Amino acid sequence: MSEPVLVGNQLLELREQFENPEQQRETASIGMWVFLITEVMMFGGLFTAFTVYRLSNPAAFNEGSKEMTIVLGAINTALLILSSFTMALAVYSSSIGKTKLLAIFLIITMIIGLCFLGIKFTEYYLHYQDHKVPGFWFEYHGPSARQVQMFFVFYFILTGLHVIHMTIGIGILLVMLYRTLLGSFSATYHTAVDLAGIYWSFVDIIWIFLYAIFYIPGLHLK
Amino acid sequence: MQLQDQVHIGGSADMTIETIAEPVRKNYLNDKQGILSWLLTTDHKRIGLLYTFSITVLFFIGGFFALMMRLELLSPRNWLVSTETYNKLFTMHGIIMVWFFLIPSIPNTIGNFVIPLMIGAKDLAFPKLNLASWYVFMLGAGVTIYALFRGGVDTGWTFYTPFSTGYSTTYVIAAAMGIFISGFSTIMTSVNFIATIHRMRAPGLTWFRLPIFIWSMYANSVVLVLNTPVLAITLVMVAVERVFQVGIFDPALGGDPVLFQHMFWFYSHPAVYTMVLPGMAVISEIVPVFSRKPIFGYTAVAFSSVGIAVIGFLVWGHHMFVAGESVYSAMAFSLLSYFVAVPSAIKVFNWTATMYKGSVSWDTPMLYAIGFIGLFTIGGMTGLFLAALGLDVHVHDTYFVIAHFHYIMVGGTVMAFLGAFHYWWPKISGKLYPEGLGKLGAMIVFLGFNLTFFPQFVLGYLGMPRRYAAYPEEFQMLHIISTAGATILGVGYILPLCYLIWSWKYGKPAGPNPWRATGLEWQTSSPPPTHNFKKTPVVNVRAYDYEAMKEQLGLREREFENV
Repeated sequence: MSEPVLVGNQLLELREQFENPEQQRETASIGMWVFLITEVMMFGGLFTAFTVYRLSNPAAFNEGSKEMTIVLGAINTALLILSSFTMALAVYSSSIGKTKLLAIFLIITMIIGLCFLGIKFTEYYLHYQDHKVPGFWFEYHGPSARQVQMFFVFYFILTGLHVIHMTIGIGILLVMLYRTLLGSFSATYHTAVDLAGIYWSFVDIIWIFLYAIFYIPGLHLK
Repeated sequence: MQLQDQVHIGGSADMTIETIAEPVRKNYLNDKQGILSWLLTTDHKRIGLLYTFSITVLFFIGGFFALMMRLELLSPRNWLVSTETYNKLFTMHGIIMVWFFLIPSIPNTIGNFVIPLMIGAKDLAFPKLNLASWYVFMLGAGVTIYALFRGGVDTGWTFYTPFSTGYSTTYVIAAAMGIFISGFSTIMTSVNFIATIHRMRAPGLTWFRLPIFIWSMYANSVVLVLNTPVLAITLVMVAVERVFQVGIFDPALGGDPVLFQHMFWFYSHPAVYTMVLPGMAVISEIVPVFSRKPIFGYTAVAFSSVGIAVIGFLVWGHHMFVAGESVYSAMAFSLLSYFVAVPSAIKVFNWTATMYKGSVSWDTPMLYAIGFIGLFTIGGMTGLFLAALGLDVHVHDTYFVIAHFHYIMVGGTVMAFLGAFHYWWPKISGKLYPEGLGKLGAMIVFLGFNLTFFPQFVLGYLGMPRRYAAYPEEFQMLHIISTAGATILGVGYILPLCYLIWSWKYGKPAGPNPWRATGLEWQTSSPPPTHNFKKTPVVNVRAYDYEAMKEQLGLREREFENV
C-alpha cells in the first residue's frame, strides 16, 4: 500500500493518499490534536458533573477527600511528572536519531507507568477494605453518607477512566518500542513517537487535575 | 466518447483530452472484485457505499416504527399495539433515526464519497480509520438491534433520568451501549474529515476557493468532535447509576436529574445542527449548479456554517424551559436561540438570492433543494415560536414540537439526503437515473411530507401531547390525515430506492459531468478511478465560477450570464 520515498538519505514509507512526507506528518499531528480535543470534552463532562455536585455539597466532598491516602496520591503524581520527563527525553532522542536512547527511555517510561498503575490498584484495594467502593459494599457513618458515596462514584469513574487511558498509553509505548527495535524510526521519520509523547503527556495532565480535585480538598481535615 | 484526464481548472490551455481505447475503463467499482475487496477496502468511495447500504437498511427499520405509530394513531383508542409497545416504538424510532440515520446520513455517505474528490485528494487522510469507523458503526447498530430484539427500550430517545436509571425495566443499557459505540464511529469520521480538509487540499485550493459543502462539513465535524464525547460520558454515567444503583442523576439517591438534562442537551442540541448542517452543505452545492450562478455571498454562507456551529453550543437550555431552569438562564437561552436563527436565515436568503436572475433548471436535485429551502424555513420559523418563553410553555411536549423538528430533520435533512443522492448519483454509479421518475418521486415526497407533518402543527397547538398512544376523539381527523400522508411519504421513499438501484445496471452512461457543474469531483471520470484523479488537479479559480469555466463546461452565453 505504501511506497518508499527517499528523504535525505533514508527511504521512508509514504502512504498512498499523501503527496509528500511533510503532508503525512502534519496530517497525523492534526489528527492527534483533534482526538485529544475529544478526550478533553469527555473528561470535561465528568469534571463538570463533579463540580456541580461539589458546589452543592462542599463539606461532604471534603469528608470523602479525607479518606484518600494522600501519600500514595502524591507519589503517583510525582511518578507521572517524572514519566512525562522521560517521555520527552524519548521524543528528543528520536528526533536526533539516537534509537538506542529512544528504546531505553521508552522502557523507563513504561516502567514508571506500570508503577503508577500498581500504586493505583493498591489504593483501590485499600478503598475496598475500607468499604468505600460505591454500591452495596459502601459504608460511611455520618449524616452526609449519600453525598460521600457520590464523591466516591466520581472518584472511581474518573480515576478508572484515567487507568484505562494509562493502560492504552503503555500499550502504545510497547508498539513504539517494537517499531524502534525494528528500526522504523530515525532523525527523518519519528512522527509516531512524537504523537505517542503528546498522548502520554495529555494523560499525565489529566492526572494532575484528578490529584487536585480528589486528594487535596480534604487535607486540612486530617 | 471523450474523457478529460488531466485537469487544470480555469486554465484551458493546459487541458489535455484523451480518447479512450478500452471499452470499460478501470474505476473504483471494477478495480477489484469480490466481497472481501469491499469489506477490507480503504477507498473512501467504497466505504461511502458501505455506509449507504447500512444507513438505508436502518432508515427503513426506523421508518417501519414510524409507520406502526401512525397506524396506531388512526384510532383514538389503542387498537393495534399496547401502550407499552407504543412507548417502545417511538423510542426505537427516535434512537435509530437520530444516531443511526440522521447523524451519519449525509457526512458518512455523500461526505465520505465526495470530500476527497472535491478537494482534489486521493483519499481521506486516514483511510484505515475510515474503514474502522464503518465497522464500529455496524457494531453499535448491532448492539442497538440486539436491544430491539430483546424487547426494546421505552425511555424515549432522550433517556431522561430517573426513569431510565431506576424504573424502566427495558434494555436501556444495551441501547445506550449501542449509541456509545456508534459515537466512536462518529468521532473517527469527524477527526478524519477535519484532518483531510486541513491538510489534503489540492495545490491552489485555498479556504476561500473551497466549495461551501466543504465549509459546512468542516463546521459539522467540529461540532461532532466537541459534543459526541459529552454524550458518551453522560451515557456511561446513566449506565453506572442503573447497574450499581449509586446516586448520580436519581434524586432518590442524592443526584440531580436536571444535570442529566443539561448534559444530554449540551450534546443533543448541537447534534440537531449536525443533522442539518450537512443538509445545508448539499443545498449550497445544488442551488448554484442548477442556477448557473456562483453562490450569492460566498463568505457569508461559509461563515454562517461556522456561526451555527458556535451559537449552536449555547442554546441547549431551550429544551428545559419547563424543567426547573432559573428564569434568568431561560431568558439567556431564549435570546441565544433567536441569535442562532440568524446564520440559518443568511443561508436561506443567499440560496434564494443565488436563484434570482439565474438560469434555473428544474432537475430532480433542484426540486429537492427547493423543497428543502421551503420546508426548512417553516421548520426554522416554528423553532422561533419554541424559543419564545411564553409560547414554549403552551406548546412544550406537544405535536407542535414534533412537527417542528420533523420539518427540519425530515423536510430538511432527508430531502437534502435524497437531493444529494440524485445529484451525485451519476458520479457514484456512472449512470443516469430516469429523470421523469426522479421528478415524480420528489413531488410525492414533498406532498406526503406536508400531509404528514402539517396537521401535527395544528394538533400540537390544540393541545395534543407527544408520546401518547390514545387521544381525545376530536383529534382523530387530523391524525388520519397525518397517517395518510405518512403512507404517501413511504411510497416517495421506496420509489427512488427502486429506480436508483435499477439505473445502477440499466441507466444510461452519465459521462464525467452531466450537470456541467464546476466542482473538482466533476472533472474526473464517472465512476472515478480508485485514486480519484490521474494527476493531482491544480486550482486557480474560486468555487462555482461559471464565468471562468464557461468554455471548459461548454455553456451557452445566456446560461450563466446574469443580472
